[in-house]
Formats: sequence, C-alpha cells, structure tokens
Amino acid sequence: MNTVTIKRILRAGLLDFWRNGFVSLASILVMTVTLFTVGTTLFAGVILNSALNELRTKADVNVYFVTTAPEDQILALKQSLAALPEVERVEYVSREEALAAFRERHQNDQLTLQALDELGENPLGAVLNIKAKEISQYESIAEFLRSEEALSEGRPSIIDKVNFFDAEHRAALERLRSITSSASSLGLAIIAILIATTLAISFNTLRLAIYTSRDEIQVMRLVGAGAAYIRAPFMVEGVLYGLIAGFVTLLLFYPLTYWIGQSTADFFGGVNVFSYYLRHFLTFFLIIVGTGVLLGAIASFLAVRRYLRI
Amino acid sequence: MIYYDRVSKIYPSGDKTVALEDVSFSVEPGEFLSVVGHSGAGKTTLVKMLLAEERPSSGAVFFESINIHEVPLNKINALRRKIGTVFQDFRLLPNKTAYENIAFAMEAAGRAEQEIHSDVPHVLELVDLGDKMNNFPHELSGGEQQRVAIARAIVNQPDVVVADEPTGNLDPVNTFEVVQILKKINDLGTTIILTTHNKGVIDALKKRVITMDRGKVIRDDREGKYIL
Repeated sequence: MNTVTIKRILRAGLLDFWRNGFVSLASILVMTVTLFTVGTTLFAGVILNSALNELRTKADVNVYFVTTAPEDQILALKQSLAALPEVERVEYVSREEALAAFRERHQNDQLTLQALDELGENPLGAVLNIKAKEISQYESIAEFLRSEEALSEGRPSIIDKVNFFDAEHRAALERLRSITSSASSLGLAIIAILIATTLAISFNTLRLAIYTSRDEIQVMRLVGAGAAYIRAPFMVEGVLYGLIAGFVTLLLFYPLTYWIGQSTADFFGGVNVFSYYLRHFLTFFLIIVGTGVLLGAIASFLAVRRYLRI
Repeated sequence: MIYYDRVSKIYPSGDKTVALEDVSFSVEPGEFLSVVGHSGAGKTTLVKMLLAEERPSSGAVFFESINIHEVPLNKINALRRKIGTVFQDFRLLPNKTAYENIAFAMEAAGRAEQEIHSDVPHVLELVDLGDKMNNFPHELSGGEQQRVAIARAIVNQPDVVVADEPTGNLDPVNTFEVVQILKKINDLGTTIILTTHNKGVIDALKKRVITMDRGKVIRDDREGKYIL
C-alpha cells in the first residue's frame, strides 16, 4: 500500500466521519458509555480490592504467654515467626504494655481497677499479635506454634494460649475468609459481565452504522474497488470513534473522580480515586483509549466483511 | 468478446423461479446491443451474471475468454473495472459529491492524482455537468444523477458499458439525453449493452436487439425493433 492510497483512505475516512455527522455522534456516544463503564469497573476493582484488604487486616492470631515466660524466649519465638513466609508482621506486646492497655480499657471501671490493685502484681502475660499475608495461612502458622510448643516438651511451655485454637475465633476467621474471597470473585464476575455487555452494545451500534452503508459498499464493489480499499475508510472511522470516545471518557473521569475522591477515601479503606486516577493516568489512558481504538477497528472490520462478499 | 454459453439461473427457494433458461449469445467488440423484454423476463439477471453479482445455475459467461465465475472474489474487482455499469436507480455514493463519485472509481483503479484531476472534469463536461461537480447526489435531478453515473461508468475507459434500465426512472427528455450519451460512447468504440423496456428508445436506435421472454431469448435481430 503506497502513500497515495493511504492518503486517500484517510481522507475518505475523515470525510465520511464528518458527512455522516449524526451516525458518528451516536456511535461516539455509545462508545463513550462503553469506555466509561470499562473505566468505572477499573475504579470499582481498585476500591473493592482496597476495602477487602482493609477487611483482611482485621484478622489476626494472638499468642498469649504465661506470666513467667522469659522475654528473650518470647523474642526468639517472634524472630522465628517473622521468618515464616506466610507471616506479614508480628507485634510484641510486653507484660507492662498489656497492663497499661488493660488499665486504659477499664479506666471507667473502678471495681476492676481496684481488684487489679489488690492483686499487687501484674496478672497479664505478654502477647504476640501475628498477621498473616492471607487469611487461609493462619492454619499453618498455628501448626507451627503447636510444633514449637511440642519442642519445648520437658521444660514448662511458655505459651499459655493461642486463640486460633478457640472454635469461635476460628469460625470468625473462616467467615472473614469466605466473605472476602466470595466478594472478590463476585466483583470479578460483575465486572466481566458489565464489560462484555457494554462491548457487545458498542459492537452492535457500529454494525448498525455500517449496515446503513451496505448499499454503498455494494456499489463500490461493482465499480471495481478492492475489498481492502473499501474496508479501510470504515476502519479509520471506527478508530476515530474510539479515539474521541476515549478522550471524552478520560476527560469525564477528571471532575468525577475529584468529586467522589474524598468520600471513597473515607468509606473504603483509604483509596482516594482522584489521586489514584492521577497517579495511574497512563494506565487508564492506555486501557481506555486502547479499548476504544481496538473496538472501533475490529467492529468495523467485521461489519464491513459481511457486505464485501459480492 | 462476451459470450453467454447455455446459461440458466434457477432460484432454488419457493416454487423454483426460472430467471434464465439456456441462454446463449455473443457480443462483438464495438457493438451496441439492446436487450428488451417485460419485467421479469430475465434482463437484469443477465446483466448481474456479467458483473459476477449472480452465479449461473448451469452454463458459463465468458469475458475475453475468461470464465467470469471462476475468477476468485479477490480478483473480481480487476475484471469489473473493465466493465462500466449504469443502474436504473443510479446507485451513486450518497456521501460523495459528483466529482468524488467519479474520482472514487478512478482511485479504486489505482490511478494517479493528476490523472484524476484532469479526467474527472473532462468526463463531467462530456455528460454536460461541468457546473455541478461539487453537488451531492441528493442535490441533483434524476437525469443529472444518471449522467453522473454514466460518467463514472466510462471514466476508466472500460471495454464495455452495461446499462441496466438506465432510463427506467427518467422522463422522455432525460431518456433521450442518456441514450444520446450512450450512442456517443459507442461511436468512440466502447461496446454497449443496454437493457430496457422503452419501445421508443429501441426503435430510434436501429441497432441489434435481443428480445427475452420468461428467461429465454426469443428473438435476436441485427437491426431490431421492439416487438412484443
């Protein structure tokens, strides 16, 4: 294909785009809705993800030590726990800190505080708060603790209690795990359905737009134009629809994310969609404009093909 | 030059309509052939065969010893450029001006820009539309549209011009003009195949006439008249 042909194709595509003003406008509008949906689902995915992550951080397993447990042994256990690949972070709460926290929690409960003072000594043991990377990994962490305990056989165990072995705690963890995992698969399914539907609508709109030109395509064919030469301007038009719709969508997201940015930051665990949009603008640009351009080109290509079989 | 060899066309659906039945004839270079017959006699099907718009159920159509229906779809456009076509309903591209409609046929044939710039105004002048070249089809009358279509058909200097009922939608004055243009093109050496059911046109032409009825050729006269 030489430069003259390319120039002719581009000119024909642009002229058709301009002269079919109403059809072009309608196609761009429908495509904008499609790309807007694609973008919105991207944002929804980000928000959902961060909300689920926030939820996941609520889960932990606590190891309570006996009051006589020496600190160096506790810290050694902390070290070996932190070395586990499943463990995200381990927090050590010393006996004194546990007591301070207890006093703080019960500062309005004179009776309890009096009872505590009566005891004379600190009745609370140290605690390790363990956070795993995935909720499903607590099982193996608990398993590790059980084996640690077994190792210390002979000597009195320093571990008083691991709350993972409480049926109630385990049930709560399990519920949290199933909620987050089904929420994320449900989210994915909804996103996939939405995107598929809206792509299909755009696809059909372009097909209808080209359906109105079917007689024209036939005439071009009978006048002796080659298939590629007939098809290319339609693809130029389709790509133009995609480009314009893509830019309009990106432009729309700017004030929109600004507007809802603060509320998403407040409600869903800290992601401000506006700053997220600005930080990942290039990704959004590539996905949205790319989807538009590809959709326009492929839909036009396929739609014209039907009428070229003559 | 063009040879129809025992061509039949039967539409399989419904009651098996026979559009053409065992049609054989040939057309010599430079001839002006008129095909006449009532509506449904098979005239348009005959033309569609030549453009490979329809395939025969049996038989073959040859153009310069090429069997048209053996040409693959991606090569057919080269063949079609050798045949200029004019239709009853004009079939101009609605979003292109008169100039662009004609230029399109030249662009499709891969002609150079300078050629297009010089030939299109020339051919529009030939059909007496030099002042309407920037008008869109909907801004032109029926006769003017048909003249643009003729200009488009001849601009690539085809060997044959096929005109399928070109005067069917025109008044007597425009009919006369269109036929005059076709005669002029024929005088310049181009073969013409004209289908029509206009008695006046045929009787004035005094050229070869093939008469069709219910898919069959019933007469083939050297210097024919409209007899039906």
